[in-house]
Amino acid sequence: MAKPVEQLDQVVIRFAGDSGDGMQLTGGRFTSETAILGNDLSTLPDFPAEIRAPAGSLPGVSGFQIHFSDHDILTPGDNPHVLVAMNPAALRTNIKDLSRGGTLIVNADAFTDRNLEKAGYTISPLGDGSLDEYQVHAVPLTSLTIEALKEFDVTKREAERSKNMFALGLMSWLFTRPTEGTVQFLEKKFASKPEIANANIKAFRAGYAFGETSEAFTAQYEVKPAKLRPGTYRNVTGNQALTMGLVAAGVQSGLPLFLGAYPITPASGILEELSRYKHFGIRTFQAEDEIAAVGAALGASFGGALGVTTSSGPGVVLKMETIGLAVALELPLLILDIQRAGPATGMPTKPEQADLLLVLYGRHAESPVPVVAASTPGGCFDAAIEAARIALKYRTPVFLLSDAYLANGSEPWSIPDVSTLPDISTEFADQPNHEGQFQPYLRDAETLARPWAVPGTPGLEHRIGGLEKADGTGNVSYDPDNHEYMVRIRARKVAGIAADIPELEVGGDEDADLLVAGWGGTYGPIAAAVRRVRKDGGKVAHAHFTHLNPLPRNTEEVLRRYDKVLVPEMNLGQLSKVLRAEFLIDAVSYNKVRGLPFTSGELAEAIEGLL
Amino acid sequence: MSTNGQNGDGLIQLSAKDFKTDQEVRWCPGCGDYAILAAVQSFMPELAIPRERIVFISGIGCAARFPYYMQTYGMHSIHGRAPAIATGLSTSRPDLSVWVVTGDGDALSIGGNHLIHALRRNVNITILLFNNQVYGLTKGQYSPTSPVGQRTGSTPMGSIDHPFNPLSVALGAEATFVARSIDTDRKHLTEVLRAAAGHKGAAFVEVYQNCNVYNDGAFDFVREDKENRIRLEHGKPIRFGAEDEKGVRLRVDGSAEVVDVAEVGEDALLVHDAHADEPSIAFALSRLTRDTVGAAPIGVFRDVARPVYDELLQEQIEAATEKSGPGELEALLHSGDTWTIS
Repeated sequence: MAKPVEQLDQVVIRFAGDSGDGMQLTGGRFTSETAILGNDLSTLPDFPAEIRAPAGSLPGVSGFQIHFSDHDILTPGDNPHVLVAMNPAALRTNIKDLSRGGTLIVNADAFTDRNLEKAGYTISPLGDGSLDEYQVHAVPLTSLTIEALKEFDVTKREAERSKNMFALGLMSWLFTRPTEGTVQFLEKKFASKPEIANANIKAFRAGYAFGETSEAFTAQYEVKPAKLRPGTYRNVTGNQALTMGLVAAGVQSGLPLFLGAYPITPASGILEELSRYKHFGIRTFQAEDEIAAVGAALGASFGGALGVTTSSGPGVVLKMETIGLAVALELPLLILDIQRAGPATGMPTKPEQADLLLVLYGRHAESPVPVVAASTPGGCFDAAIEAARIALKYRTPVFLLSDAYLANGSEPWSIPDVSTLPDISTEFADQPNHEGQFQPYLRDAETLARPWAVPGTPGLEHRIGGLEKADGTGNVSYDPDNHEYMVRIRARKVAGIAADIPELEVGGDEDADLLVAGWGGTYGPIAAAVRRVRKDGGKVAHAHFTHLNPLPRNTEEVLRRYDKVLVPEMNLGQLSKVLRAEFLIDAVSYNKVRGLPFTSGELAEAIEGLL
Repeated sequence: MSTNGQNGDGLIQLSAKDFKTDQEVRWCPGCGDYAILAAVQSFMPELAIPRERIVFISGIGCAARFPYYMQTYGMHSIHGRAPAIATGLSTSRPDLSVWVVTGDGDALSIGGNHLIHALRRNVNITILLFNNQVYGLTKGQYSPTSPVGQRTGSTPMGSIDHPFNPLSVALGAEATFVARSIDTDRKHLTEVLRAAAGHKGAAFVEVYQNCNVYNDGAFDFVREDKENRIRLEHGKPIRFGAEDEKGVRLRVDGSAEVVDVAEVGEDALLVHDAHADEPSIAFALSRLTRDTVGAAPIGVFRDVARPVYDELLQEQIEAATEKSGPGELEALLHSGDTWTIS
């Protein structure tokens, strides 16, 4: 007899297990099924830096959270409704987040004395009443999987490893997800090992069937597709969107893309992904170090390519001298900083947005660089094109800030119509520009950008370099007045970009007394918190910065409209410091640096505290 | 580096003065850099590459001012990074002839990492390292090639750093072209430049360069005393001395030694093979120095063919395009699982 199907408007599920349990894969597959079904969704992978921490240990726990719904959502959710814990360590590190009354599914086979001890339990939580407030399903996932695969020619160890697919099957049944995609995925993933593919598919189906037949599960749940804006969608992580944005920037500028990069978490995915797009004429260069990566990108820019380098905080620091050179050379260059918790190695897989002051001010001397920040995983696509547009038009290095949360998190992305993407093409100089001579530092009157004459152009041979240049000719100059002029005009050029970027938009209640001003990857949690407060009758406005240098031209006017300005940041108050310094505004900071995104709940509380 | 920047339209009539810029040359009077600049400017027309397709890139130091004096495209960049910048340029613009001018501090101290990686990748660039065994631009501190015991501003009691031998480093990095010449020997330097320019891939040339202000006479043992120049010529027994009375022989352990030809006979001498795949003998030759034998080899130590980085990358692009067709943005954006909401 078919079990009843209950309707839900949204669900938050967290998969948690050992690093080797395949939780990221499980979460990823559940996400794909959910995307195909048409729910709105938002995901948060949360994994340790260690590839395989000691099995069963607390630091080795890897998690993947997905929030899906029948309406538009903004975050991966604060507290899961369902927790799948593959071992005691996963239970111990995650149970505090599970909603009261939530569903807990544990792999009963993993609750051995040894695993309990590793997780710091003296007595099994499955039997001591400590989980009474949850709906607990202790399912022997391992032994059920082994039993299901006993006909297969796989080792016991290989059979055991399929337990994540059993769990995925069970969850797919419980939330009425489609299954064809996962079957196809497994066939493709293990194409060279059909026996393993079949075993995994069998485990997946066995898990699904277990849900149907087991008396422990009395109902299925359904979340109807969301009514998103019409369009064609795909699920993307921030790093995927950034990569496609870079490819698009190359296409839309008509320039060959050159990426110089050195592997670093959480940016390496961009290097790996772009290196698969050689048929776009894209050159990727894995350099010997971070400095060579940006150096090669700058060299490529000198030659007329769109030079790009990707990194994270510690690598960006190493690149700064070269970025200073790029400021002096006035050549286009993109520097992507996928921020992570620091300082030093910090927590490399965890997000933070504490590199803002680094990219704004972390170079010697007066060295202005435009800064663009992505706000959502899908928004990384547009941010890449925008950063390239500024770099090419103004002949300047540009920083693009993302973070580990955006990079690894995913959401449905409305695929843009290619014909609507901006034309960011630029012109190379091809003739003398001053009395029959070529002056490399004779600027465009409007943009103050200098001409870009690439090697190979006859008659425009010229030398550029790190020594101060005379205005116009670009010859080495130690003239005091010239240096003052050049320092100021470089600053003016970057400041002038304010006229060429969108104004700061205000959402929520424009006539509120309180403005919440955020930037970058906190968009989702802040917007969700503002939504929540307004639903409860509070009046609050929200402005989110996508351009951090220069700031939008109406920034001061917007900030002064409100009695109070709250600036939530995953740092100790960096944008807040800038706003205070630039505009003498008494901004209130709300700061957290836990290596985790804000929850909308805590932000709603912070907002309500100021109303 | 190969002459892949060559113009197919026939010979271009340029002369040395076409490669001079309107900038005043600002090295100290008597600096060896003047001679090298003159030799390079004189050699350039022979390349028959239009000036706009030649690029000189430098780092920081006295040698690094070089691009300002060459009427080509050029970049004076930052300390040690010229090989990295040149790698990006050469890789993305295979039509250019890219030269790096560097010094001992620039290439072997702050930029050591970039140097060895550009060499082992075999990027299509020519690196000219002006070795004067001292930091000149910062007014006379010891460099990574300064001999032990050298007294400088920063080593008042003498240097205790064991120095790098630039050619040993380059050979250790398996550079495909390694040569040495002397600033004042215009003819020899031109020969070496010619060989370097004709090489496909990374070419590394050390030039003994006299710093007459901070380290005068460092190379007098070969600059002045020509009989100590061990001239390497491919296919010929290695002989040197005022009357060619000395020669180079390999010991059983693979190292090289200087011998008296009359004593050992010419047949015992090492016949120079610049094209040997194995770099070991070239390395052994690089160990013959003022310290070990009071003489030093000049000429081409090694010149072998190996796939060039720039070309390999270009081949991958072509292979990927052949396989998948030219990239289409629309198709890329729609790749993977998609769904439509109407």
